[in-house]
Amino acid sequence: MKNKQYKITQNQAFWPVIIFLTIILFNTIMTRGEFLSISIVDGHFYGRIIDIFRNGGKLMILAAGMTMVLATGGTDISVGSVMAISGAIACSIIRGNLLPGLGGNVAAAILLAVCAGIICGLWNGFLVAQIKIQPIVATMILLVAGRGIAQLITSGKIITINSDAYYFINGGYILGLPFPLYIVLFLVGILLLFVHRTSFGLFLESIGCNSLASKFAGIKVNRYLLAIYTISGAFASVAGLIESAGIKGADCNNAGLNIELDAILAVAIGGTNLMGGRFSIFASVIGALIVQSITTTVLALGVPAAYIRVLKALLIIVICLSQSGKFKLLFAKKNLESKKKEAVAL
Amino acid sequence: MSGQTKLLTMEGISKTFGKAVIALNNVQFELEAGEIHALLGENGAGKSTLIKVLTGVEERDEGEVFLEGKKIHPKSTNEAQQVGISTVYQEVNLCPNLSVAENIYIGRAPKTKMGAIDWAAMSRDAKELLKKFDLHLDVSKKLENYSVAIQQMVAIARASDIKAKVLILDEPTSSLSKVEVDKLFEIMRRLKAEGMGIIFVTHFLDQVYEVTDRITVLRNGTYVGTYKTAELPRMELVSKMIGKDYAVLNQSLKEGQAEKEGTRTGDELISMKGVSHQGSISGMDLSISKGEVLGLSGLLGSGRSETARVLFGIDQVNSGELYINGEKVHLKHPIDAIRKDLAFCPENRKTEGIIGDLSIRDNMALALQAKKGLFKKISKKEAQRIADEYIEKLEIKTPDADQLIKNLSGGNQQKVILARWLATNPQLLMLDEPTRGIDIGTKAEIQKIVIDLAAQGMAVLFISSELDEELRCCRRIVVLKDMEKAGEVVGDNISETAVMQIMAGGEK
Repeated sequence: MKNKQYKITQNQAFWPVIIFLTIILFNTIMTRGEFLSISIVDGHFYGRIIDIFRNGGKLMILAAGMTMVLATGGTDISVGSVMAISGAIACSIIRGNLLPGLGGNVAAAILLAVCAGIICGLWNGFLVAQIKIQPIVATMILLVAGRGIAQLITSGKIITINSDAYYFINGGYILGLPFPLYIVLFLVGILLLFVHRTSFGLFLESIGCNSLASKFAGIKVNRYLLAIYTISGAFASVAGLIESAGIKGADCNNAGLNIELDAILAVAIGGTNLMGGRFSIFASVIGALIVQSITTTVLALGVPAAYIRVLKALLIIVICLSQSGKFKLLFAKKNLESKKKEAVAL
Repeated sequence: MSGQTKLLTMEGISKTFGKAVIALNNVQFELEAGEIHALLGENGAGKSTLIKVLTGVEERDEGEVFLEGKKIHPKSTNEAQQVGISTVYQEVNLCPNLSVAENIYIGRAPKTKMGAIDWAAMSRDAKELLKKFDLHLDVSKKLENYSVAIQQMVAIARASDIKAKVLILDEPTSSLSKVEVDKLFEIMRRLKAEGMGIIFVTHFLDQVYEVTDRITVLRNGTYVGTYKTAELPRMELVSKMIGKDYAVLNQSLKEGQAEKEGTRTGDELISMKGVSHQGSISGMDLSISKGEVLGLSGLLGSGRSETARVLFGIDQVNSGELYINGEKVHLKHPIDAIRKDLAFCPENRKTEGIIGDLSIRDNMALALQAKKGLFKKISKKEAQRIADEYIEKLEIKTPDADQLIKNLSGGNQQKVILARWLATNPQLLMLDEPTRGIDIGTKAEIQKIVIDLAAQGMAVLFISSELDEELRCCRRIVVLKDMEKAGEVVGDNISETAVMQIMAGGEK
């Protein structure tokens, strides 16, 4: 039994889950239970908790992809721009501005948008794996250029669309639960299966710890780097679809703006070392929920939105401290000293 | 030699890593002013840890340190330097992309009146200092332009220049030539005469007897004893270090060799015909047979490691042909070589071998997993079985396979890497300096493993800069010089002089 307890607390997702539950609890108390209440309208569930899961969908997807990139010691700061490109392509096709031959087919629009995300990811992966550009610089290219590309696609305008099928991506419900939740379950589920049922996870950790030694052990490092940046790009394009379906159009200037930082924050909260190595996709997804729940909390409590940023900053400070060896040592020492004092007192 | 004052005393030092790896257990150490004190022990004995505790790199769990009677507790190498403890580590820890002068004066650069760095004074002083070591370098050039040996000398020069009371040399000679070692000893003696206390960590017993006054032996993290060098016979020292009879080990090694000579087969496994890789080897002809231990000898940069890199697909063949089991192959990546049943333990264990933050189990399974491919995942149970098997077979000192490999000592790390490759069941095992920085006990163990493997039919390419080690293990030694094969000695003709003659270019 004790062993089991130990195993649970050692799990990387343990603390993120605790933090998330604490935030929920805090809100429930502050709002006298209103936070937890779920109402059913037209057979759909509504409520703050549902909002967190629905609005956090994009971030959960991005965090899952970002986890693997960070696990290899890299980073992908282009995801926000890839979201903009994906939304721009999908909306332009549905509107008939782009490839009018498709006749505004929603399925084709989605498919092509995801293809664009894959191409963006391949480009990032190519720069990092083959050309050996530092990941932050390599993905910065697309961070900057991506919004420009998106604006070229939309001719610099905000495109609004009218398609119930497309709206469904963000606003739809299946069995009473919002559709984005199913997208998250599907993508993260497949990813988790892939990471745990194959040796992909081991290889990624190995590459993140020591890529040269990994190569010498027979791992095709470049191929895996290419693969994870591609996955990150593909995931970002899906997040872009959800976002643009939510605003019912493509806004190239604001779609996914600064969301890459939230995604990295989510991974950091999940406890994955940003220098590469050990990682947990599940913990990152919880991390994304925490980031999202902070926003929801602030809104629920009626605090001005400006506080969201301050709260996030505080959270970052807490994470940094919890990951700092020196800080832990300080605590350990205090513990030791107090124990010593106890011993003396006895 | 004053020899009376206790310069440094360490008492009851204990240190554990992780949950269960006990690196030091109640160890004591004592250094007098004006003495050279050897710190010896096999790998995992705790020498490096003791030094790290002393210099503030690692926090000790228990124990006390006194310098000139005053209690000290440095928390970083910088603090240690300030109280007068200066260190040169086994692996050069300077900044290769800074200039030689900057490296020597980093953190204590001479300042002008304005408070800016006085570059002229700095290079003048650096030149002056290095002259004492008979090093005439362009001190404004980046350190990485010089060989490892020279970098090591620069590190020693830096350490000796800091007003140090205690100078720690942690395996400073492993990359130095004989002449450089002599030079170093001369300087050590001079520093000693000036009253400095020197702690000298090495694996070369000859050097211990040549230069030290006293010896402290550690074994498995515990203190064995301190002895006057002149009064301790060599065999006794060795048995104190390894705790078992060295003669027995040596005997079994010889027996293994005798066995091997009997079963030596002639089937050719590897054949290189005029293989070149630009800038590393040219026109290399090499043939390796099943069941043989082939030694590859030569000076640093002669092409010995480079040959292995080409054979393992790390560097590509520019011209010439490579055959494995009679089949012509093009190796583009290590995985191609691994699929052809080749294995390679690289020279730089830390940067090219271990995956520090992964467990022993994962480290061992890695190459086999890569060989099997992405989708045939080795189950945790199977990985555990492999790990347990090799921990037992190779006598790896660890409480369990869950320990992170970075917490193991160098020799045990090397054994894990060896296990990684043995798990892939290779036909050719290439070992590049497999015993560097490893004590003689484990050295002998690894040598024995090599000979046993060959007896079972595996081909082994053995690269070592220590000649006597090659002489012991190999029936055939190929000598390289200037990126080319310079000659070959076989069987009874093998001797140190024969090999050295070819190295020096006496015989073609």
